[in-house]
Amino acid sequence: MPPVVDLDAPVLDLDREWRLDPRVALRPEAFGALAYHYGTRRLSFLKSRLLADILATLGDHPTARDACAAAGVTAGELPRYARALTTLADTGMIVEGAGR
Amino acid sequence: MSAATATARPLVEHFEAGLQAPICLTWELTYACNLACVHCLSSSGRRDPRELTTAECKAVIDELRRMQVFYVNIGGGEPTVRRDFWELVDYATANDVGVKFSTNGSRITPQIARRLAASDYVDVQISIDGATADVNDAVRGPGSYATALRAMERLAEAGFRGFKISVVVTRRNAGQLDDFKALADRFDAQLRVTRLRPSGRGADSWEELHPTARQQRDVYAWLLEHGEEVLTGDSFFHLSALGDPLPGLNLCGAGRVVCLIDPVGDVYACPFVIHDEFLAGNVRDPGGFTEVWRSSDLFASLREPDSPGACASCGSYDACQGGCMASKFFVGLELDDPDPECVKGAAEPLLAAIAAGGATVPASTVDHSRPGVPVPSPVRLRPTRR
Repeated sequence: MPPVVDLDAPVLDLDREWRLDPRVALRPEAFGALAYHYGTRRLSFLKSRLLADILATLGDHPTARDACAAAGVTAGELPRYARALTTLADTGMIVEGAGR
Repeated sequence: MSAATATARPLVEHFEAGLQAPICLTWELTYACNLACVHCLSSSGRRDPRELTTAECKAVIDELRRMQVFYVNIGGGEPTVRRDFWELVDYATANDVGVKFSTNGSRITPQIARRLAASDYVDVQISIDGATADVNDAVRGPGSYATALRAMERLAEAGFRGFKISVVVTRRNAGQLDDFKALADRFDAQLRVTRLRPSGRGADSWEELHPTARQQRDVYAWLLEHGEEVLTGDSFFHLSALGDPLPGLNLCGAGRVVCLIDPVGDVYACPFVIHDEFLAGNVRDPGGFTEVWRSSDLFASLREPDSPGACASCGSYDACQGGCMASKFFVGLELDDPDPECVKGAAEPLLAAIAAGGATVPASTVDHSRPGVPVPSPVRLRPTRR
């Protein structure tokens, strides 16, 4: 079922530096990946391989926008991935700051 | 659990086909137990001499780390009676395998409580089956309510927030859900309620303990109201046929996202099917647990699409998926029959035929019950089943 995306809702700042929380591990799966936060014991399903790729490399890029572009996200797709990253930031899976 | 969505294929289809490793792995470390609960799903009591050794347990943990099983649900028996219990917990957490263990609370000393409170990687689940001593002790044995409450008090005093209080919903306690919730709130704990199955010794007390149809409707309404604050192990999906789906995964995860490793290393499709029919392999086999999970014939067959069988003509099949495999099996139903607690009553004629002698009810093939331990309840044991 395609998610209903509210394009007017606030999203995280794509032009800042983001990284996976160091307490989060990713496990690749056919649908994308599982993300597990050892601190909150929260399990999230990343329902696209592209999103999993973005997360795995997020800390290698100076901005989230760069990480999305490097993973192959088109300008048209960017709002959807920004929304997914916002959800992950809201649940503490990704945090602001340098990962390099 | 939450989902960060970017594409459209239903996640549930991936779950049905099985994942690279389980999401919900239960590992029962021992069949030894100081209690003798009438509904024990693993018929625990006596230690099995073939129990995995410390070294073998550590080898399993090494595998779980490689498979990225992020956490295990450790149970038993009473897992804390193993002498190497804390050593294994420490080994798991040091290898990025988080631990949630279930206990009756008898070994939660103030010192242990402080130690648990200090760790992010260890979660504790205290089992209790009545919000009052009389209801609880009739099922779990004399004094077990006081023991569990004392453990909860110690965890709370040590500052452990969010430990779990785990309740199996029965005919005796189904009316106490608000009281259980209040108990959890009092300790800043989280309530977990799960479904009773006719597994292990639960087969003997099923007729007397499983909730009535009326209670099932009340439990469903309560879960709809409180579902987001209460854990259920997604075990009540058969109730989703009553209306709106309950929160969580409405799917039997056996062999797909769920499995059990028992104390001797046998791998079963789920914690409620300790029976040869659902035995996929053993962690001592060549290739270990990884091979069993990824390549066993049993798990491959469980990952095939379900046949709706007798439920094909029912408009609610999409909601309830035919219910719980274990519950069907241990009351003598076929796996594509309706759930014995089908909310439409579809199983009633079949159950009546079984009771009249029309089918054989499969007894558990693994029983570690202690002989001579009196069953601590007025529950009547069924005549010997074949």
